[in-house]
Amino acid sequence: MDSWFEFVLERYNYWIVIALMMTGLYIVFARGNLVKKIVGLNIFQTSVFIYYITIGKIAGGTAPIYMGGELDHGGGHEAPAGHAADAAAHEAGHSASEAAALHAKIDNSALDHSNDLKEALKTADSASSAAADSLHQSPAADADKISNTALSHLDKTPPAGDLQAGFDVAHSDVTYGVADAAHHAAEIVYTNPLPHVLILTAIVVGVATTAVGLALAVRIREAYGTIEEDELEAADDIAEFGHEPGSPAQAGVSA
Amino acid sequence: MSLLAQLPVLPVIVPIVAAPITLLLPKGRAPHLWACLFSWLTFAACIALLREVSIGGPISYHLGDWAPPIGIEYRIDLANALVLLLVSGIAALVFPFSYRSVQLEIDEIQTPQFYGAMLICLTGLLGVTITGDAFNVFVFLEISSLSTYALVAMGARRDRRALTAAFNYLVMGTIGATFFVIGLGLLYQATGTLNMADLAAKLVGQDNRMVEAGFAFILVGIGLKLAMFPMHLWLPNAYTYAPSAVTAFLAATATKVAVYVLIRFFFSIFNFDFAFIGAAFTYVLLPLGLAGMFVASLVAVFQEDVKRMLAYSSVAQIGYMLLGLSFATVEGLTATLVHVFNHALMKGALFMAVACVVLRAGSHSINAFAGLSKRMPFTTWAFLISGLSLIGVPLTVGFVSKWYLLDAAFSAGHWYAGFLIVASSLIALLYVGRVAEVMLLREPAEEGPYALPKQDAPLSMLIPMWILVLANIYFGVRTDLTGDLAVRAAEALMLTAGGSP
Repeated sequence: MDSWFEFVLERYNYWIVIALMMTGLYIVFARGNLVKKIVGLNIFQTSVFIYYITIGKIAGGTAPIYMGGELDHGGGHEAPAGHAADAAAHEAGHSASEAAALHAKIDNSALDHSNDLKEALKTADSASSAAADSLHQSPAADADKISNTALSHLDKTPPAGDLQAGFDVAHSDVTYGVADAAHHAAEIVYTNPLPHVLILTAIVVGVATTAVGLALAVRIREAYGTIEEDELEAADDIAEFGHEPGSPAQAGVSA
Repeated sequence: MSLLAQLPVLPVIVPIVAAPITLLLPKGRAPHLWACLFSWLTFAACIALLREVSIGGPISYHLGDWAPPIGIEYRIDLANALVLLLVSGIAALVFPFSYRSVQLEIDEIQTPQFYGAMLICLTGLLGVTITGDAFNVFVFLEISSLSTYALVAMGARRDRRALTAAFNYLVMGTIGATFFVIGLGLLYQATGTLNMADLAAKLVGQDNRMVEAGFAFILVGIGLKLAMFPMHLWLPNAYTYAPSAVTAFLAATATKVAVYVLIRFFFSIFNFDFAFIGAAFTYVLLPLGLAGMFVASLVAVFQEDVKRMLAYSSVAQIGYMLLGLSFATVEGLTATLVHVFNHALMKGALFMAVACVVLRAGSHSINAFAGLSKRMPFTTWAFLISGLSLIGVPLTVGFVSKWYLLDAAFSAGHWYAGFLIVASSLIALLYVGRVAEVMLLREPAEEGPYALPKQDAPLSMLIPMWILVLANIYFGVRTDLTGDLAVRAAEALMLTAGGSP
């Protein structure tokens, strides 16, 4: 009974998604008012946004940043920044030693699987510059923060089955060799940015759809004088028997 | 930075850059010429692409030079090169065709918006076809759909029912697209990738509830977009009340692209290791395809409006495509690809003929077709020849499609489906024959709302229409051209799907 209860509670965001999805669809089908239909459509789409945000959270995940020593990232002209970033990375690595060891392993495996070394260089470059930026602001606080978050996450217990559902590009290839280490690192909840980017795109599409839908509702109101579906159907029936089909309708002139 | 290296991205870049500029042009002739120019450029790029692919094999283009599993990839093989050629070719014919028709049916002040929306719609359709990234399919699908809603609604000047038709299309289309996104989310959760080739590799051996749910969501989502039989309710109204040129363009391209997406997902991403998918083919697609063929054809027979009749016929023809798909054999897939191509040719020509009649008689009711052969002989014969093609008479492309389908049905062991294909073709004979009878044997109305002027449609409409009609005959005789391409495309698809060839 307890495990069943936990199973339900742990997945509360999925229940929210399902409830919103069904509510939205029901509104679309059951309501006759065109604006309410659009509202239903929006609720339906919102449920999908929440779903995407949910799958973006990965327990025990990490950003695919290369932390090994073989690559000469930075280049000559930004050598100091590169070294500072290196130092920061090492410090962070020491403060959360287990996690860092795992990161290095996972990142190596990710690299093995990525065919293009240039890709790795790109990410390494951007990572080093980002680290350097934060270092300029407050180096000590930065390192502290990293170690603190690592420690605070140690207390939390990992939700069951999350490892199995590893969905990050870099992680789908994690082998059994690192699975043990991954278990230790499972406390860190990493937010995969990709679903967020996807859902930003989907939100833009949703806004555009809403705009077009509402614009159509305005035009329908101008042409028919109502936005209730049953009244629209009645008006069409009258028009069909009143006029010959295909003759120009009396409304819809304004554009 | 040679242009040739960037060729795969051109079919998408060219129309989408041209579209916003259309809005800046003065109303009238200028937007039309501008849109025509860019539709031809796009067509030229697609021809070049097909040539490249048929000689050198599949092309992979990395957007922004980011390698595929991380970056977005455009991947062109024979199957989508064929669809690209089809979509851009139809656009290159419909755009010049549309001028007179649009002049009549749309306010002059709206012409920049109209041609802009047409170009955006073209972009979306080509983008859906060309991309190798699953989420990109959704984005382009919505680009094309949103412009389509606006285009359908522009029919409101002639008939205000275009507005409600567009609204219903919007609601159904958005639900379909959202289902599709949910399906993609499930696949992403299962694999962690959105690249199609990568998805296919990572889905091997994953036979769990998540993937099955993703498959089902994608099937329903795309099913709504392509007007699969019980989900076709938006289509007849949208096609009937949209401006005639828009109907000709959409009927020939939009549903075809959706069928292509279905093929791409079923054969390139999912593979036949899943028992679930085999069952979906046999117990969902096959019966729905057959039901669509019959129910929609029967409904078409009783329509008083020729445009609506052809719209229902489109639903029936989609049934044929799904039927071919559901056999999951090389023959079946070939039949579907051939029919996608051929149906676009015949439906494009038929709706263009209707547009000519609307231009002269002002209506697409069947009464307006009375005695058409005496007043508009060229339009009449264009309608008749493509109508015969729709039925499947030898020497037309319709016959080639039916032949491939029958071949596939018998070799897949579904002999009853073979008989049903023939039987539903006879229903097509009924509804095309009804219009033919009215056109050939009735006397034209001398007065009243359907009185026809003595002249035929203008040359700007007749020439594109007759190019399509002649293509109907040409590809019906030279069956090797489309047939060979389709067989090669189908074999390549089946190879990645891992099924028995």
